[in-house]
Amino acid sequence: MSALLQVDKLAKRFGGIVATDDLVFEVAEGELHAIIGPNGAGKTTLIAQLSGQLPADSGSIRFAGADVTRLPAWRRSHLGLARSFQITSLFLDLTVLDNVALAVQAHAGHSFHFWRDARAEAGLRRNARAALDEVGLSNRADARASLLSHGEHRLLELAMALAGKPRLLLLDEPMAGLGPDESARMVEMLGRLKRRYTILLVEHDMEAVFALADRITVLVYGRVIASGAPDVIRADAQVREAYLGEDEHV
Amino acid sequence: MTLSIRNLATVALFAALLLLPLYVQATGDRFLLTLFTRIVILALAAVSLNLILGFGGMMSFGHAAYLGIGGYAVGMLAHEGIVSGLIQWPVALAASALFALVIGALSLRTRGVYFIMITLAFAQMAYYVIAGIARYGGDDGLTIYKRSQFGALNLSNKVVFYYVCLALLMATVYLVWRLVNSRFGMVIRGARSNETRMRAIGFPTYRYKLVCFVIAGTLGGLAGALLANHNEFISPATMYWTRSGDLIVMVVLGGMGSAAGPVFGAVALLVLEEVLSGITEYWQIILGPLLLLIVLFARGGIDGLLAAARWPQRKKAPA
Amino acid sequence: MTLFIEQCLNGLQFGLLLFLLAAGLTLVFGIMDLVNLAHGSLYMIGAYFAATFAAWTGSFVLGAILAFFATLLVGMAVEVIAMRRLYGRDHLDHVLGTFGLILFFDEAVRLIWGPDGMSLPLPSWLNTAATIAPGFSYSAYKLAIIAVTLAVAGGLYLLVMRTRIGMLIRAGASNREMVGALGVNIKLLYTLVFGLGAALAGLAGLMQAPILTVQIGMGENILILAFVITVIGGIGSIRGSFIAALFVGFVDTLGRSFFPDILRAVLSPAAAATLAPALSSMLIYLLMAIVLIVKPEGLFSAGGR
Repeated sequence: MSALLQVDKLAKRFGGIVATDDLVFEVAEGELHAIIGPNGAGKTTLIAQLSGQLPADSGSIRFAGADVTRLPAWRRSHLGLARSFQITSLFLDLTVLDNVALAVQAHAGHSFHFWRDARAEAGLRRNARAALDEVGLSNRADARASLLSHGEHRLLELAMALAGKPRLLLLDEPMAGLGPDESARMVEMLGRLKRRYTILLVEHDMEAVFALADRITVLVYGRVIASGAPDVIRADAQVREAYLGEDEHV
Repeated sequence: MTLSIRNLATVALFAALLLLPLYVQATGDRFLLTLFTRIVILALAAVSLNLILGFGGMMSFGHAAYLGIGGYAVGMLAHEGIVSGLIQWPVALAASALFALVIGALSLRTRGVYFIMITLAFAQMAYYVIAGIARYGGDDGLTIYKRSQFGALNLSNKVVFYYVCLALLMATVYLVWRLVNSRFGMVIRGARSNETRMRAIGFPTYRYKLVCFVIAGTLGGLAGALLANHNEFISPATMYWTRSGDLIVMVVLGGMGSAAGPVFGAVALLVLEEVLSGITEYWQIILGPLLLLIVLFARGGIDGLLAAARWPQRKKAPA
Repeated sequence: MTLFIEQCLNGLQFGLLLFLLAAGLTLVFGIMDLVNLAHGSLYMIGAYFAATFAAWTGSFVLGAILAFFATLLVGMAVEVIAMRRLYGRDHLDHVLGTFGLILFFDEAVRLIWGPDGMSLPLPSWLNTAATIAPGFSYSAYKLAIIAVTLAVAGGLYLLVMRTRIGMLIRAGASNREMVGALGVNIKLLYTLVFGLGAALAGLAGLMQAPILTVQIGMGENILILAFVITVIGGIGSIRGSFIAALFVGFVDTLGRSFFPDILRAVLSPAAAATLAPALSSMLIYLLMAIVLIVKPEGLFSAGGR
């Protein structure tokens, strides 16, 4: 399978702190590639650089063959790169449906339409409802986003990333703060999404990671220390020492 | 539209404004007509400010500049002998749009407190520049001897002029209402709510905010042209930065959540000023702390209070 | 040539005065995240207090000292009564609330002192020209302003960089919650900081009083410049305010003096006469625009705000 995302010698410093240290890795088309690592490893910083919220200091990012390193976030979105946020980032004063409809609208031509009611656009609403169906939030479509539970917020995060029909999903800890039932449902959903989207998944939940991932990359202090199939990673001594722990039963 | 208290109050307000001249004719209180013409014009300016402030989250502290620019376009052209409204008003709109475009392009590169200060500074710059042009009166201002001429439509007739202003106000409110519910409006509101997310999902927010800024400025310029005609006079004081503050007060007092909210605010503020100044010469000593109290306790403004109001419920009969 | 030097000194004096005003503004914003439009009102109150106390005591210096401390007290009172309720709120709330305070102060001053403004005459030993170089003399009072403001700036630097309170101020500027968690009495710190800012504004007000004005609304006029300086220098940075204030002081003073001459050299006399006042006043705003294009966060911005 060809590489959909290629990261070459990506580097980022914050003053004296090296967040991303000459990072090299790839994501193949169609796979679910997980990134794991201890806190402070630079996982969210990496996602931010890939999606465009944070400019890299040096190195390159290639997506679908094109160099996107200097492209602003909104342009990368139009190339097919979608991101969900670790700390929920929604339009809390709008309804759930409005939230997703905006994500659909962004990819449905320009928005310099000043007169027609956006909520009356059947196409936008239909695609938005489809995304909500996908994550199981249809029954909450008309609720104000601020009134949702944390678990529902994480689902909405995912729905908004899906709404733009992306080629690559960058998911930053979709299971953050979820209880065991909700986590299990999220794992099941990600499993369903697996073959239809290429996914780069940052997660702490090891059960989920080993259940879902085709390949795993381990990040420590902004560097890749191991990358490969789950079994290989599980057995890797360096990884066990740095992150998984000797007696952790995974 | 549902029959909520808020919608009913809005309809009632506009009905009252429409019927005002009849009341004035009946009571002979000409001053009331003058007062409410001014209220309607400033309401238009406040509605345009709400587009960027309330819906767009762009805290512009320089909106009074457009009152000045629009007004001086009319004044300067009149001074040069060009009295046709068909030339003056488009120039007023175009000049305001251009100013908004340049200021907006620079200011929207910043956010938060910087944005407030920068819009304030640029508007004040416009004040100093205009006050420095001796030909058009400088600090003393410019008298306008003839109102904008529109052929058969005689703006010198106070009632006709009032209805022209009111019609433009209602058209502006309607325009803003359609705007905020359109695709464009959703982008603006989303950008206010969470700009990072908007960019992440694929919107180049800067250009949308800039267009919004220009629209608001242009409408402000229209209010300026009306104000100059109303006063038959224009001076730099119209655009002094504290006047921008007055407009913000109208918007917040009226409520930022609806297109018509600022109209309530303009009416409330200006009527309150009239009433208070009748009681004491030092009425601002009351208005000042009152503003602070509103900020602390009634942040949603009048519109917020109306939206929260509920029809009294009939008690249900026991089953 | 002497005119140029004289205008440079004027620019320095004006810039230093502006620094006092801007320092208070940026301090309060940096520490308490509070936009204070009423800062100009404190500047005005300092001038009015000085005029009043000088008249009562018959001494300019005594009047100035009393005014300084009176403004400090007023500042602290305003913080306790009104400002602390605004912390943590939306900036729009700050803008509106402090705008209301401007209305209140302007009217209160009018009530107490009347609408006509006041004057603050200089004592004879200051109202004289000092010879600072052979054949060149300059206003002794303006020299005094330069000396006092430099001393205050130095004192401020020492306070912020070398004392425990200063350390808390710097810490508070970058991480408010942390300072509170350290058990420091945040409320008291804020009151003192706000009071300090007010006192600095009052000092600027009283010092310019003999040479410029003591009237209602003087605060609103000068506040714009303080904002421009804060934007150029970067919010929260006193060093930035210092440099930006000097910059603005020089550009404005020298610009108003020499720009009309430059215009006359390139344009017709009539055009130059028309455009000169307008364009001269535009200079600092152009400066601000240029800074914004190049560095939107200001030249020396402190935290990530």
